[in-house]
Amino acid sequence: MNILSLFVLIPVVMLLGLWIARNLNQVRGVMVIGSSFLLALSVYLTVAFIQARQNGDTSAMLFTYSTPWFKPLNIAYSTGVDGISVVMLLLSSIIVFTGTFASWQLKPMTKEYFLWFTLLSTGVYGFFICTDLFTMFMFYEVALIPMYLLIGVWGSGQKEYAAMKLTLMLMGGSALLIIGILGIYYFSGATTMNITEIAAMHNIPVDIQKVFFPFIFIGFGVLGALFPFHTWSPDGHASAPTAVSMLHAGVLMKLGGYGCFRIAMYLLPEAAHELSWIFLILTTISVVYGALSACVQTDLKYINAYSSVSHCGLVLFALLMMTKTACTGAILQMLSHGLMTALFFALIGMIYGRTHTRDIRKLGGLMKIMPFLSVGYVIAGLANLGLPGFSGFIAEMTIFVGSFENNDVFHRTCTIIACTSIVVTAVYILRVVGKILFEKVADPHYEQLTDATWDERFSVCCLIFCVAGLGMAPLWVSNVINGGVSSVLSVINF
Amino acid sequence: MDYSQFFSMIPEATLMVALVIVFLADLILKGENKHSALSLLTGVLLVSQLAVCFMQTPAEAFSGLYVSTAATNIMKAILTGGSLIVVIMAQSWLQRADVADKEGEFYELLISTLLGMYMMMSSGHFLMFFLGLEMASVPMACMVALDKCRKESAEAAAKFIITATFSSGVMLYGISFIYAMTGTLYFDDVVNYIDATPMTIMGLVFFFSGLGFKISLVPFHFWTADTYQGAPTAVTGYMSVVSKGAAAFTLMAILMKVFAPIAEYYEYLLYIVIVLSITVANLFALRQNELKRFMAFSSISQAGYIMLAAVGSNGMALSSLIYYVLVYVVANMAVFTVINVVETRGKGNTRMSCYDGFYQTNPKLSFLMTLALFSLAGIPPFAGMFSKFFVFMAAAQNGSFLAYFVLFIALINTVASLYYYLLIVKAMYIKSNDNPLPEFRSDCNTKLALGLCTAGIVAFGVCSCVYDWIAAACI
Repeated sequence: MNILSLFVLIPVVMLLGLWIARNLNQVRGVMVIGSSFLLALSVYLTVAFIQARQNGDTSAMLFTYSTPWFKPLNIAYSTGVDGISVVMLLLSSIIVFTGTFASWQLKPMTKEYFLWFTLLSTGVYGFFICTDLFTMFMFYEVALIPMYLLIGVWGSGQKEYAAMKLTLMLMGGSALLIIGILGIYYFSGATTMNITEIAAMHNIPVDIQKVFFPFIFIGFGVLGALFPFHTWSPDGHASAPTAVSMLHAGVLMKLGGYGCFRIAMYLLPEAAHELSWIFLILTTISVVYGALSACVQTDLKYINAYSSVSHCGLVLFALLMMTKTACTGAILQMLSHGLMTALFFALIGMIYGRTHTRDIRKLGGLMKIMPFLSVGYVIAGLANLGLPGFSGFIAEMTIFVGSFENNDVFHRTCTIIACTSIVVTAVYILRVVGKILFEKVADPHYEQLTDATWDERFSVCCLIFCVAGLGMAPLWVSNVINGGVSSVLSVINF
Repeated sequence: MDYSQFFSMIPEATLMVALVIVFLADLILKGENKHSALSLLTGVLLVSQLAVCFMQTPAEAFSGLYVSTAATNIMKAILTGGSLIVVIMAQSWLQRADVADKEGEFYELLISTLLGMYMMMSSGHFLMFFLGLEMASVPMACMVALDKCRKESAEAAAKFIITATFSSGVMLYGISFIYAMTGTLYFDDVVNYIDATPMTIMGLVFFFSGLGFKISLVPFHFWTADTYQGAPTAVTGYMSVVSKGAAAFTLMAILMKVFAPIAEYYEYLLYIVIVLSITVANLFALRQNELKRFMAFSSISQAGYIMLAAVGSNGMALSSLIYYVLVYVVANMAVFTVINVVETRGKGNTRMSCYDGFYQTNPKLSFLMTLALFSLAGIPPFAGMFSKFFVFMAAAQNGSFLAYFVLFIALINTVASLYYYLLIVKAMYIKSNDNPLPEFRSDCNTKLALGLCTAGIVAFGVCSCVYDWIAAACI
């Protein structure tokens, strides 16, 4: 049994467990046991991966396993991980684990909620472990559709509109992906759908590459909140229930960046070089526009959603710089953004659950009433604006240093423009922190509110621990990432 | 004449025998148990027919008039399975007082249309093909009219029979052109003499449009919505999957076998018809609020996707078409089973609004309906996504710019189709309703039909052996 397949197998077993669970406690039990297993497994995988690398195993993918699936069509179930996917798996496990606790009190239809939630995580895990184009795509779509019901049924606000918009836009993206995947498969003349083998063949004509690169990059870019295809993100995040926002901003949006790097740029390297300027402009707009939009929002979730647009834009921006430092920074940013956005959304969910409003004009003085949540919020905010010691600083620093390594005017101009987002981020974070935490208590009813319960504290502490941990000791993570990035970049920069 | 040739036609022969048995049983059986005995008998006969189809080996008889290949045998098995599900799910409708006395007729008509489709698929000659086609469509009109006390049903049948005969006429005209140019009607001979003269192309167009009526491709789809809405739900289900599947398979087989030398011409036809079918049907489906009518437009657009496989025109494309039909059969039958049971319990109502809040009262039914709709929309891990992807793969194999363009349109349309399938999901799960359908327990036939369909939806995709088996037969 391949260790990676367990990442799909465990959620499937969890689905069955949820199916037969009879009451709330059994549902919670299945979720806690399953997500703990997944967390333990991904920690074990990380350790095993680092050991294998230290023992001098330099092959691009480790723990590979392949078995034909649809043999006549050359489709195989093939798995394998490199440094990038290992940290992504770790991230997903952390978010699923904490997400379970963040939705501990969720009602109604708890069982169905967790059923779709687990199906979504199955897709996420499957996408990160697979190395076969078709299988990756299949898992990618598995991760998208549960969002519709999760937002539509358990969401708040304009949930029906947001759910439909999100689903349709993301599905539109995956429609583009199908064309791209078929184009890559047929024009490479490959008799396999394995991405490492197709990349090694490296024989798609440049003209053809230029046709299909935009399809795949935009297809994944929709999920990575690439301007102007990001519009699903604010509505979707604002309407989604807490754990779903966490999982969606924390992990699902990373699928976009990961796909752009792993499929679009890795398999179509010449086109990536020739067309990168278009997408660099778009991502620079994403970064700045997202940050500026966040400044004028009044809904806590909208602020965070736009901040996600800005930060995820930074991921794509760094990937397109195509230097080793920038790409390592991009992956670090995925990790860091995943963790701190999850933290943010968890806290916002908890505050909303108590005050029943997310409008910052109606909030104030929360520090006195719920100190634990407020301190958590401050920490999340500081991490978000890139304070040294937290993960955000490490990631953004690496990205901007790496981007500046490109010594032409265009790339440097883009970098400088994107850098301004750091300042803007500080503006919108500090504005919110000052307004909702430290001003006078806006509503006397708030005095009666309670601070976090044990399950909420647990989930928040886990995330803060990870955010700070990544900020204090980034070196081992960036070492793990580095290996993966350089093997992909060696193909991109041939 | 060598009468032993009839042994090559075992599936047809056994189905004929089954027809006679059901007919006699309908005459002989009397009393209270007639209903259950007759339905059980039909079910058993269809199951054994399924076994016969599986066991049949490729054969040729009557100097090429009748040709059965591994692919046609699989197709026969799929259609028989589909008919079996129709028979099972129709039970709750057949128990209704005004149809109960026509139960035997329903089975007989169903089996005879199936026989016609068998003939049509394994024909090696245009006239044989035409015979099969007619045999499949005339009894179908009677089935549509089975609810004759309802005005809609009679109207639907009238519409169906008029378009069916009209399209047959058009098709015969086309066949006569082909005969005039090639001097033969045997598929194996026609392919040797056919060339791209204007007259042959006219023949091709007429022939194509004749079959286009049966598959209800745009612009030959005008009968579909009314007929589907008026016909009894079980019959609508049967028409939308079994009859459509048979016609699509035959069209592709004939295009590949007979018209291969003028492939560049029929490809244009296919492109136009596919783009129109998918787009127009999707646009119409968006605005429907009557579920059977909605499913009619959905099935038109699905037909477009089915024909997308024909763009590939090789063994792999044929296998993806068969696979698509197989998956489509189970997914669509699941939807129609739910529609049928809701219609029976909900006072004959098939409006979409009666599904509002359906999840609150009948969670299991609405969950299964959701799975089926997801499969139709092409959402993994359900089989629909696999079949759609394989069809796209078959079309992309063509490699031309136009093929990719058609693919692009088709893919954009999958998003539109997702929207309208999600509307039903939304009605069931999200919309609140003060007065939703009351909770009810489904009878065991409905459960059986839904169980079979759901097993298919889940298993046919993930278990690659199903596709491998079809692909092995199509090479």
